[in-house]
Amino acid sequence: MQVQRPQLNLWERTYLPQILKGMWLTLKHIPQRKFTRQYPEVKPVLFGDYRGAPTLVKDPDGRVKCVSCQLCEFVCPPKAIRITPGFRAEGAPDENVEKEPREFEIDMLRCIYCGFCEEVCPEEAIYLQRDFAISGYSREELKFNKQKLLELGGVREDSIWKWKYKGAPPPGTPIGPVRDGKGMEASEHH
Amino acid sequence: MNEILIHLLKIAGVIGVMLTIVAYTVMLERWVCAWMQDRIGPNRVGPFGLLQPLADGVKFIFKEDVLPHHVRHKIYFTLAPAITMVPALITIAVVPWGSYLPVFGRNIKGVLADLDVGILYVFAIASLGVYGIVLAGWASNSKYPFLGGIRSSAQMISYEVCLGLSVVPVFMQVGALNLSRVVEYQATHTWLVLCQPLSFFIFMVSAFAETNRTPFDLPEAEQELVGGYHTEYSSMKFAMFFLGEYANMFVASALMVTLFFGGWSLPFAPFNAPAVTLPVGLAHIGIFLAKVIFFLFVFIWVRWTIPRFRYDQLMALGWKVFVPLTIVNIFFTGMVIMVFFNR
Repeated sequence: MQVQRPQLNLWERTYLPQILKGMWLTLKHIPQRKFTRQYPEVKPVLFGDYRGAPTLVKDPDGRVKCVSCQLCEFVCPPKAIRITPGFRAEGAPDENVEKEPREFEIDMLRCIYCGFCEEVCPEEAIYLQRDFAISGYSREELKFNKQKLLELGGVREDSIWKWKYKGAPPPGTPIGPVRDGKGMEASEHH
Repeated sequence: MNEILIHLLKIAGVIGVMLTIVAYTVMLERWVCAWMQDRIGPNRVGPFGLLQPLADGVKFIFKEDVLPHHVRHKIYFTLAPAITMVPALITIAVVPWGSYLPVFGRNIKGVLADLDVGILYVFAIASLGVYGIVLAGWASNSKYPFLGGIRSSAQMISYEVCLGLSVVPVFMQVGALNLSRVVEYQATHTWLVLCQPLSFFIFMVSAFAETNRTPFDLPEAEQELVGGYHTEYSSMKFAMFFLGEYANMFVASALMVTLFFGGWSLPFAPFNAPAVTLPVGLAHIGIFLAKVIFFLFVFIWVRWTIPRFRYDQLMALGWKVFVPLTIVNIFFTGMVIMVFFNR
């Protein structure tokens, strides 16, 4: 392809008109609206299904949902999750649940925020939250343990209460939190 | 004794004010650059980020001073930043900052050294600045600084020719080389930029080349030469180059103001005559500095607008355009003076 070069006259060939035009342009930008976001003070607006840090959630009764099936550990592409499974103590409430994680670690430096763990979890116990600024002073500090993950996750208000009922909940079961105090005891029983 | 004391005070004042302005020019550069790119710029250190230069200075002092293992001649490597910095500081001596400062019954001159060879002194000393850069490029003993040094020597030598020739018409018109005379001439007559616009334009462009500023910053072209002659420098040595560049900008601005924009004068009373009272004397210094700061802004403005020249374009512009133009300008000015003023 032949590029058509414009014929410049003498004045244009001095480059001065273009230089002056350019300087006018840059000058005009000085008072214009700035696009900088003052980050720590002004947080960015996250879009709807933003995938931030993965965390463990509790059900509306405050019970740990995770049953340490280790599916997330196996599916995790960068192997960021490490679960130490454990059996539930004899005589503990909610004996319909057999297992719970004794320790649950996510290395936030390895995590790639792919969301596979959330997708694979049969108990809907692990969710990617909206936290995006994960920082610390050492590598060890960024290996979040079970307690930290539960703190970050908090309670998830949904209708999946597998631990409360064996099999399907009886018809007419309210969707949402039912706080009878019993569940709270259970969650403290680690 | 008193004379010496006054001179020392003047030197301290001039260097102090100059270095402060230089430090703040660095910040102004970052601000203007940011504004032109729709960003905010440094605003964290102190109110509106005004303490940024201080933080930068502290950082430079405390940073590790790296001496690369391939530097063979440590003395030249160390000397180079000083040689770049010093000429910039001593050329300011002949530039008149103000007319007079009448204090305690004395009439203190607003210039450090009222030399009759003023502009020749400036060119003589300013030429030394290139040695620092060439020395840095050579002593670093690595390829990018070397290329930067080579480019710098070629560029600065060519543009020194235009720079020198471009101001000749000014002195032909004024009839003196003393910069104070030049300013007084402009105070009583008219600003020389109106009589010698071509001279001013060529002087300004050559000054950009002499101070290694965009569009002629080939010696330190960040993209191609990784910073050019100061690639291997760190800590305070790098800061010296940096300050040297901005001090050179200051001197170039001061010269433009002095030669073409009436120095300390404004074209109305009481600013169009040497000061007889202290407030006017101080106002003259203020006027001078305001004009200088405007030209510093122009330097920055041009830097963030115009892309860098190619090396052959740079040389072609210098030798094939500016040198002939300046000679024609000198000839033309001479003709006009001879024909119309019979001098």
